[in-house]
Amino acid sequence: MARIELSEIAHSYLPNPKEESDYALKQIHNTWEDGGAYALLGPSGCGKTTLLNVISGLLTPSNGRVLYDGKDVSRLPPEKRNIAQVFQFPVLYDTMTVFGNLAFPLQNRGLPSSKITQRVHEVAEILDLTPFLKKRAAGLAADAKQKVSLGRGLVRSDVAAILFDEPLTVIDPQLKWDLRRKIKEIHEQLKLTFIYVTHDQVEALTFADKVVIMYEGEIIQIGTPQELFENPEHTFVGYFIGSPGMNFLECTLDGNVARVDGAGITLDEKTAALGLKASGKLEVGIRPMYLKLRFEPVEGGVPAQVQAVEDQGSYKIVALTLAGKTLRARLPEGKPVPDGKVWLVFPPQWIRLFADGRLIK
Amino acid sequence: MEKWANNKAWFLVLPVVIIVAFSAIIPLMTVINYSVQDIWGPGQSVFVGTEWFEEMLGDKRLHDALWRQFLFSGLVLLIEMPLGVLIALAMPKRGWGVSACLVTIAIPLLIPWNVIGTIWIIFTRPDIGLFGAGINNLLGIAFDHTARPLDAWITLMLMEIWHWTPLVILLAYAGLRAIPEAFYQAAKIDGASAWAKFQYIQLPKMRGVLTIALLLRFMDSFLIYAEPFVLTGGGPGNSTTFLSIYLVKIALGQFDLGPGAAFSLIYFVIVLLFSFMFYQALQRVGKGEKG
Repeated sequence: MARIELSEIAHSYLPNPKEESDYALKQIHNTWEDGGAYALLGPSGCGKTTLLNVISGLLTPSNGRVLYDGKDVSRLPPEKRNIAQVFQFPVLYDTMTVFGNLAFPLQNRGLPSSKITQRVHEVAEILDLTPFLKKRAAGLAADAKQKVSLGRGLVRSDVAAILFDEPLTVIDPQLKWDLRRKIKEIHEQLKLTFIYVTHDQVEALTFADKVVIMYEGEIIQIGTPQELFENPEHTFVGYFIGSPGMNFLECTLDGNVARVDGAGITLDEKTAALGLKASGKLEVGIRPMYLKLRFEPVEGGVPAQVQAVEDQGSYKIVALTLAGKTLRARLPEGKPVPDGKVWLVFPPQWIRLFADGRLIK
Repeated sequence: MEKWANNKAWFLVLPVVIIVAFSAIIPLMTVINYSVQDIWGPGQSVFVGTEWFEEMLGDKRLHDALWRQFLFSGLVLLIEMPLGVLIALAMPKRGWGVSACLVTIAIPLLIPWNVIGTIWIIFTRPDIGLFGAGINNLLGIAFDHTARPLDAWITLMLMEIWHWTPLVILLAYAGLRAIPEAFYQAAKIDGASAWAKFQYIQLPKMRGVLTIALLLRFMDSFLIYAEPFVLTGGGPGNSTTFLSIYLVKIALGQFDLGPGAAFSLIYFVIVLLFSFMFYQALQRVGKGEKG
């Protein structure tokens, strides 16, 4: 077990990186606490896998240091770092049995065979793989294969952290749910550091205590699922988390009123005061679930045009046009379905103000 | 089963039936026909049943050629398969070296077979050949593939290995390149040695392509004709008279069509049988049953 620190990490796949865009990882500086369940979330190509490979040692970063419990391991190969990694698709030694697969990392480290047998049985028990121990690994179903990959990490009692690189990509939906719960259970049981890479927000939000959001080679926010939802620090987080994402409207400030193409949205005074000090392109953001719809003019209501209504089962999503921009509002079940012109109410406590994409706070 | 009202669709299969008939079935039938008759001339023949088969199966020279053939194919496979895999493992994985290696390695495969025989005749000539003269004059070892059976075999093996190992290399290399990077990463994390990596990742993942390489190399080497024919004509003595060379001697040299046809069929069955056995054995290894 270990606390993992990344100190000023940057990485480029090019031999002589010059511009910022040459870097796959721009500037990463953070700490992964011992025993934490982290999700590393971001769109495809944002550098998640690169960061994971830097942590595991499969990749030596161009700049910066990786520390395990304060010890610099930047130049150590993966086998010396006591790290385990589960890959996107199952990586098994096909010709071996499940037992052979689980025993392999221990055999390579020269453990006595009685100790190996004991460890393998313990881990197989945790992963519900005991009935399969004598079977050939190649014949297993995809979810059992992923469990074997995970098991190869768990057998090592000295393992510092387990890294998951989108491990559920090839698993069927129902089994996905089971396996995700199993991984979570194992985390609670063993209290190892888990870092879980995914581009699926549901996976990230249900698995992790802390979600790390990456965007274009940078970590833009680390927080609990609730923090990410309520206070996205970047418009990207607001847009990426939540389904549908946060609504954004470009605005100018006029006292404590945000002007959007003539319409006025009242902000609370604290937000407005901070906004007046900020510079750059201003945007107001609000989650679809906090946007209220009224059928007649109300105090502070902004007129908008209903475009479409989408039924999502237990709720409906209403797409509206306001000042040429499309907004989405979430309509709880049982409410009357709007049509034509409506008035939108923006509750001040749920309005966030962004300058050049960053949350003003 | 219900009968179709309209059977005209069968006509669409006709072109294929005609092609297969002329390319395989009719020639094979002709051979079978010859193998059970004694033919003296046009229109003069008599049915002899299994006589030619019995004669050929009891033929001492055929037995010798058969053992020679097995020894040759066995040595070829034993040398070419490991060598091909070894070279494929040593080849560069990226950069300009890949294309350079691939092109260089593929050159022997592009040369016509009888030209290869000619190249090696000159190469190994004791008086002017680079190899022959070099080994005789510089190293002082007597070497002459036209006079000494062992030298003829060495030359033939060298030629065969030079000519066909590239095929094994190319197939093995293709198999290696198809292994996803994650397998190597997992092996690194698991602390696997280079040998363990080869044994548990590379070799199992190459099984498919190596099966193809093994079958191709077995069939080709078992049917070898042009190279020994050009190099030594089956000599010295009968030391390089392989099955196909002996077959041609009987069928075309002596014009014994009956025995020749019986011989062809026996030859055909042996190749088919061994190819089937190799294939089955390798498939079983893949499924993990103890073969």
